[in-house]
Amino acid sequence: MFDRDIFKALIGEIAETREVEIGCDECFEQLDRFVNMKLSGLDPGQALPLVQEHLEICGECRDEFEAFMAALRATEET
Amino acid sequence: MAVPARERGNEQWLAELRGPARDRAIADLRLILLRGLRAALHGRTSSIDPSLEDFAQEALIKILDNLDSFRGECRFTVWAQKIAVRTAFAEIRHSRWRDVSLDEAIERQGHDEPADTLEDPSRFAAQAMIMTQFRCFIDEELTEKQRRALLAAMNGMPLEAVADRMNTNRNALYKLLHDARKRLKKRMAAERLTPQDVLGAFGG
Repeated sequence: MFDRDIFKALIGEIAETREVEIGCDECFEQLDRFVNMKLSGLDPGQALPLVQEHLEICGECRDEFEAFMAALRATEET
Repeated sequence: MAVPARERGNEQWLAELRGPARDRAIADLRLILLRGLRAALHGRTSSIDPSLEDFAQEALIKILDNLDSFRGECRFTVWAQKIAVRTAFAEIRHSRWRDVSLDEAIERQGHDEPADTLEDPSRFAAQAMIMTQFRCFIDEELTEKQRRALLAAMNGMPLEAVADRMNTNRNALYKLLHDARKRLKKRMAAERLTPQDVLGAFGG
């Protein structure tokens, strides 16, 4: 049967599932605008809610987003 | 005279990367990407992964091939860094899952025996019953393609790796799994089984 933690994660994703979601490519397209807002202290989740929702569901895009933020902190704010 | 990297504006980056100062601009961009990748991948790479230089080189090729798609909605270096990070993650996932087939990923079973199995057998039995019921939902509601993709992804195979093995791409696979989640959500609602109930049975 399933690993319990993995099963719980899937149930959590199902709970968060919305009728309309963007895919990884659309998220990637808008990610630079999203992080620009975040680095400017704005709330990107309000302006780009579909990107925010995608990042909550898609672990791979979330990993890339966090790494992207780390890269920008190292290069854009110096 | 060349302008220091951080003082270039977007137009200048594009002009230099396309013009006679190309080599200098590429060298500056490469350094920026390397600095960003070092921070982005800190603690995320292992000795089996390609080097940061490999990632930066691969990213540079993609960036130079896609200059026309830069829409100027952010700083050029932000856009370039976004491509570099995605390129590096794709390479890492590819190299780590290179030798794992889709069937192997699907068949990887979790064998976690919770610590309280013997202390609370009725709770363990209830959890097992829910998971068995949910496995029926997967078998009854999903297409064969959705079922295989979902089980492989649940067992940790990255979407890119699953997509490679199913002759599709990550975006299309995400949409396939989105449809799968909607089907499972609908079936759970029809069975009057809420995600909150399920999570509650597993201790939140």
